[in-house]
Amino acid sequence: MAKLLENNLQSQVKGLVEVENLSVGFRRKGVFTSVLDNVNFTIQPGEFICLLGPSGCGKSTILNTIAGFIKPTGGSVVVDYQRITKPGADRGFVFQQYSLLPWKTTFQNVEFGLKVRGVPKDERKELVDYYLNRVGLSNYRHAFPYQMSGGMQQRASIIRALVNSPSVLLMDEPFAALDAQTRHMMQELLLDIWQDLKSTVVFVTHDIEEAVFLSDHIFVMGVNPGHIKTMVNIDLERPRHVDLMLTPEFMQLNRHVFDLIREETLKSMAFEE
Amino acid sequence: MSNIPSERSLPIEFWNSFSLSIKSLFGHSSEVSKEPFSARKRNQLFRRMLSILLFFGIWQILCMMKFNFWINFSFLPSPIEVSEATVKFFSTNALIHIQSSVIRVLAGYFFATILGVGLGILIGWFQKLEDLVFLPLELLRPIPAVAWIPLAILMFPDAESGMIYITFIGAFFPILISTIKGVEGVDMLLLRVGQCLGAGQWYVFKDIVVPGAMPSIASGLVIGMGNCWFCLVTAEILAGRYGIGYITWESYVTSNYPPIVMGMLMIGLMGSLSSYLVERLIHLLMPWRITKKKTA
Repeated sequence: MAKLLENNLQSQVKGLVEVENLSVGFRRKGVFTSVLDNVNFTIQPGEFICLLGPSGCGKSTILNTIAGFIKPTGGSVVVDYQRITKPGADRGFVFQQYSLLPWKTTFQNVEFGLKVRGVPKDERKELVDYYLNRVGLSNYRHAFPYQMSGGMQQRASIIRALVNSPSVLLMDEPFAALDAQTRHMMQELLLDIWQDLKSTVVFVTHDIEEAVFLSDHIFVMGVNPGHIKTMVNIDLERPRHVDLMLTPEFMQLNRHVFDLIREETLKSMAFEE
Repeated sequence: MSNIPSERSLPIEFWNSFSLSIKSLFGHSSEVSKEPFSARKRNQLFRRMLSILLFFGIWQILCMMKFNFWINFSFLPSPIEVSEATVKFFSTNALIHIQSSVIRVLAGYFFATILGVGLGILIGWFQKLEDLVFLPLELLRPIPAVAWIPLAILMFPDAESGMIYITFIGAFFPILISTIKGVEGVDMLLLRVGQCLGAGQWYVFKDIVVPGAMPSIASGLVIGMGNCWFCLVTAEILAGRYGIGYITWESYVTSNYPPIVMGMLMIGLMGSLSSYLVERLIHLLMPWRITKKKTA
């Protein structure tokens, strides 16, 4: 199994994300609105980054430009020294909404990325079964999405992206629709399966606790227009477990990020501080 | 809830129970909450049988009364007369008429499905193709089946193919339009899923677009089937000798009224039956669909 995973990892740089002077805007009725203005950052391969900020700050937009769904109006996104112009299998995406193909079973959904790239059947089966097992969905491999709960569907969506060993894993508030207990379990599970692959992860969230728990660095974003306000280093040791959230170091970091973000949240709601 | 009905609540109570019984007649049994499941099913069946009895019963009574107020029932064949005509019809060679009609509908529907779904998928997917065919199709679409008859006589080598053309036209446009809408309306999210998993055009098409369009295509197929039967009478006006529509038309021309109603009811029956069969078949093709009819 490890050999299969190893063979899936190519030998070049995997997951270096360089965003330079990124601006995204759109024109409506002659008025140009800027969603993102001159965003700059570099993410090293294998890092776990959270984009944290109030709604409307453009964090999903950054994700969509890295994914290749949106074209920037200015600047560039470069992944592994290749400029991004369209979506690709090297940048896996986990959507906020439930995005499994309703007409395919769990197994068929998860194997889809492998199938379209021509991976042979038995290899596909081995990989998919391994991941289904890791996330506890083995008994549901032949179930349709409508027969599964939200948490189960999101687990399937995550391994659907991971089974392709992407250089970059992009996640747009994937746990937002789940209840608090499920969310904590999913956060731990995500870190667990990420440890092996060590893809770069860019995770969008508005939940401070989630960001502090998951990431190596948090990019705190501001609004009007969207930009990166600060970068916070999260020095907590890995592997991390849910009970970490009750420790003083965690609470301290939480508080720190909270203060940073409060100003921006109020601004986004147009209140004066 | 007070036990003493007030001036205002009485009409509301009445309306509630009235609408509940109407709804249960049409199968919204989930709203008739207080009965246990098997009793509910039994009562639903009973009500549906009752509806048929009422339908024929009221019709019979209105004929016997020679009811004539705005709508004139005095010359209308009664259910008894119609059933007599039906018996007479089936004692002669009824089968050949039924067979001819069914074949014409099936043939027309078959071509309409192949062409409608095939063309619809291509038009929905390729913008350039849509630009090319859109205007001519939109021009032809509103033309009713009747208006096609003269041209069908001119264009087709024999009456049979002309009739199949008419039933084809009836089914073709609903199927085509629903297919186009289905393809165009595929969820953008699922298309993005395909893109970020590295799926090329062919896989996106096969595994995302076509299954995504299926619900819309399905409704087009059901409507198309109904329309097909609807156009049948029109088509069989062309016919020389056989068909249910032909029987109906001939009876009208010879002022023999009971077979007209018989023909109408037979077409209605066969139309509903075939629509129902199409629906069941579609259901088999889409096992992932959650329909409201599934009970817990």
